[in-house]
Amino acid sequence: MSEQTTPQSAAVTPPPDEHRRVEKAAEEAGRPASALTRVMGSSVGRNLGLVIALLILIVVGVITAGDRFASTDNMLTILRLASVIGVVSIGMTFVIIGGGIDLSVGAIVALSSVWATTLATQTMAEDTHWLIMAFAALVVGSGCGVVNGLLIAYGRMAPFIATLAMLAAARGLAEIISDRKTQIISVREFVDFFNGSLLGIPVLVWIFALVSAMGWVLLNRTTFGRRTVAVGGNSVAARLAGIAVKRHTVLLYTLLGFACGIAAVMLMARTTTGSSTHGFLYELDAIAAVVIGGTLLTGGRGTIVGTVLGVLIFTSLTNVFTLNNLDTSTQAVAKGVIIVLAVLLQQRVAARNGSP
Amino acid sequence: MTTALLRMHGIVKEFPGVRALDGVDLEVAPAEVHCLLGQNGAGKSTLIKVLSGAHQPDDGTVTWQGEDVRLANPIAAMRLGIATIYQELDLVDGLTVAENIYLGHELSTAGLSRRADAQRGAVDLLARLGHPEISPRWEVERLSAAGKQIVSMARALSHDVKLIVMDEPSAVLDQEEVARLFRVIRDLTGQGVAVVYISHRLEEIRQIGDRVTVLKDGRTVATGLPAKETPTAEIIRLMTGRSIEYVFPPRGNEPAVPDAILEVSGLTRPGEFYDIGFEVRPGEVFGLAGLVGSGRSEILETVFGARKAAAGWVSVNGKRLRAGSVDAAVSAGLGMAPEERKSQALLLEESVVNNLTVASLSRFARASFVQRAEELKAAREQVEALDIRPVDPTREARTLSGGNQQKVVLGRWLLTGSRVLLLDEPTRGVDVGARSEIYALIRRLADDGVAVLLVSSEVPEVLGLSDRVLVLREGRQVYQGPADEIDESRVLDLVMEGSAA
Repeated sequence: MSEQTTPQSAAVTPPPDEHRRVEKAAEEAGRPASALTRVMGSSVGRNLGLVIALLILIVVGVITAGDRFASTDNMLTILRLASVIGVVSIGMTFVIIGGGIDLSVGAIVALSSVWATTLATQTMAEDTHWLIMAFAALVVGSGCGVVNGLLIAYGRMAPFIATLAMLAAARGLAEIISDRKTQIISVREFVDFFNGSLLGIPVLVWIFALVSAMGWVLLNRTTFGRRTVAVGGNSVAARLAGIAVKRHTVLLYTLLGFACGIAAVMLMARTTTGSSTHGFLYELDAIAAVVIGGTLLTGGRGTIVGTVLGVLIFTSLTNVFTLNNLDTSTQAVAKGVIIVLAVLLQQRVAARNGSP
Repeated sequence: MTTALLRMHGIVKEFPGVRALDGVDLEVAPAEVHCLLGQNGAGKSTLIKVLSGAHQPDDGTVTWQGEDVRLANPIAAMRLGIATIYQELDLVDGLTVAENIYLGHELSTAGLSRRADAQRGAVDLLARLGHPEISPRWEVERLSAAGKQIVSMARALSHDVKLIVMDEPSAVLDQEEVARLFRVIRDLTGQGVAVVYISHRLEEIRQIGDRVTVLKDGRTVATGLPAKETPTAEIIRLMTGRSIEYVFPPRGNEPAVPDAILEVSGLTRPGEFYDIGFEVRPGEVFGLAGLVGSGRSEILETVFGARKAAAGWVSVNGKRLRAGSVDAAVSAGLGMAPEERKSQALLLEESVVNNLTVASLSRFARASFVQRAEELKAAREQVEALDIRPVDPTREARTLSGGNQQKVVLGRWLLTGSRVLLLDEPTRGVDVGARSEIYALIRRLADDGVAVLLVSSEVPEVLGLSDRVLVLREGRQVYQGPADEIDESRVLDLVMEGSAA
């Protein structure tokens, strides 16, 4: 049989000159840009703009606030502040790359913190182990994520709507449970552990670093990460390639819910409280950090490194402003402007790397 | 040709790393149908984007009715009277026909739209196009591809248009719709409008064209050829630098394994298809022929589990598949190359490697960690075996030509070890040269023992490639038997007249 087909396929193979032309074109297309492409292609290169922005911020901080900014203490403060929202943003990166959005992260943080600090939970923690409180926050956060995911994947609701409903409901439930009172944490071991330091670096920062590293591996080295990009890039193609798109969607929101649970634990330790007002407007900060980090809101493309840089830029900015005694309203305006500038810049970089 | 309507001379357009147009000449006379021919990548799309003002040429001149003009943007082109109807139609689904026709230049008084005038205008335009049955009040969403094309043309005519550019208008149409489109085109030229017509189908160009311009590698290789008299061999030689038309590989021998690998029985989805049953054996190519809307693609998608059958069953190797589950189909060894390659199969922004391995990712993973070296090795093997060009598997899929993209989709299923391949319009958007390659590839897969279920709207393709065929008319089987016992005219007779006897 193969003998029969050989002459045919030989007859339709383009003549050698065409072959060469195609290869030459490919070479030419590749060569002049190759060095640049390689740099721009690496995650550092792609985030070069962000690194520069962060450096500029640091220079501005040093100039305007001097040692008050450049001190080790202040650096650790920035990192500690960045840690909580950072963990949420890592989770958010996955959901957005997967083609979704989650507006309920702040409310989930609040609900998790309240649930984990009720009298009943704290009593149980004192009777058994302080880790119970952390465990409770993680379970509640993940649970909310599962509900979001089920509503979106199997209830066929728009992510915007489903998580908007969760935003309202979770914060409301947090208010009901806490009776709108701030719940003080009396379990010393819990507070001490998470507010402690390891090798001179706060545990909160370690957690953020660990979550970021695991997020990077998950996105870039595992089947889960690859499928997330596929689902967000072209969900029809993903489904027709045999990927269980619905199940994957549920997993993505669950992952984000879990990240919210971690963030709740960190926030509880930092404030030594659980409260229905925790995590207020986290959804905006997290989405802003992810978008500044270069992740496409339409899905299918994004980086963990970009998100981490986005978070650091945002937090440093707040810090520089606070040190210079700018009020929060001015800060909010500045944040808005920064988001717009960052996205405009990202688009221009994307356009330069993109179209042929 | 001193009174040329449009004359483009020495047009050059460069993109980073690619010289898409390298000195193209095009001359269009008033009221003629000028056909633009060329393989994918020859520069047709870029040329019409220059013509429609979407791209700015780096060099060259454009003369319109004897005057030098600059087509700075699509609005400028529109003002001159150049309208372009793209392959991907640019209509807004949620708006009505009339609203779409007047989109961007709504009839209004002091900001209030004059809906009644728009409706009347739309009725006139649709009548002028010979399609009075389309109501201006319908939402565009409910129209067929052919209907949408008419609305696009009506929109073009709502401006004072002298030249309409049509980019492969027949790609989404069945034969009857094409015939109607040709009537419309003749009416237009009768009214003095010139048409630049792009198509891969030579027979269409003979029917409708006046003159032909052939592009190859960004250059004009021939212009002003008479469309009806120029021999096919000559046109193909100009387009390809080759002198043979694509050929179908010889059919395989009688399959060694007599038992069917894919069995379909009583498959029904009301409104789409009824009581479809057939068997495909390993090494066999089984073709489904029928008009657009006859249920061909729907059957394929139902077999694959992307649609759920209302009745009937599909079995692979004697085991019935769970209905409506792509997962089950893929694990049973089915693979599908869907009709809309770009929107249904490819991850355009991702590399060829990632596209190849997306369905078989777990094969390349240990404890969920993707082993990139193994993955890349397997991808390279596929790139070589399928002759995917360029040879670099780290390229983004969107940079490949249609034929090579199709090979990537086929390679994806070869990597999963699929024994049954469902191919929906495998050569759509694939140029003439690459077509024969795809044909040879399909036959080679069958020779390797893969069962192929093929759908194509081109009857010669189904007949030429398949061992056995099933002919559909309005969702029902009207013939099933060996492909060499039926010819094209008989198939056309069956699908259009539908007498099964």
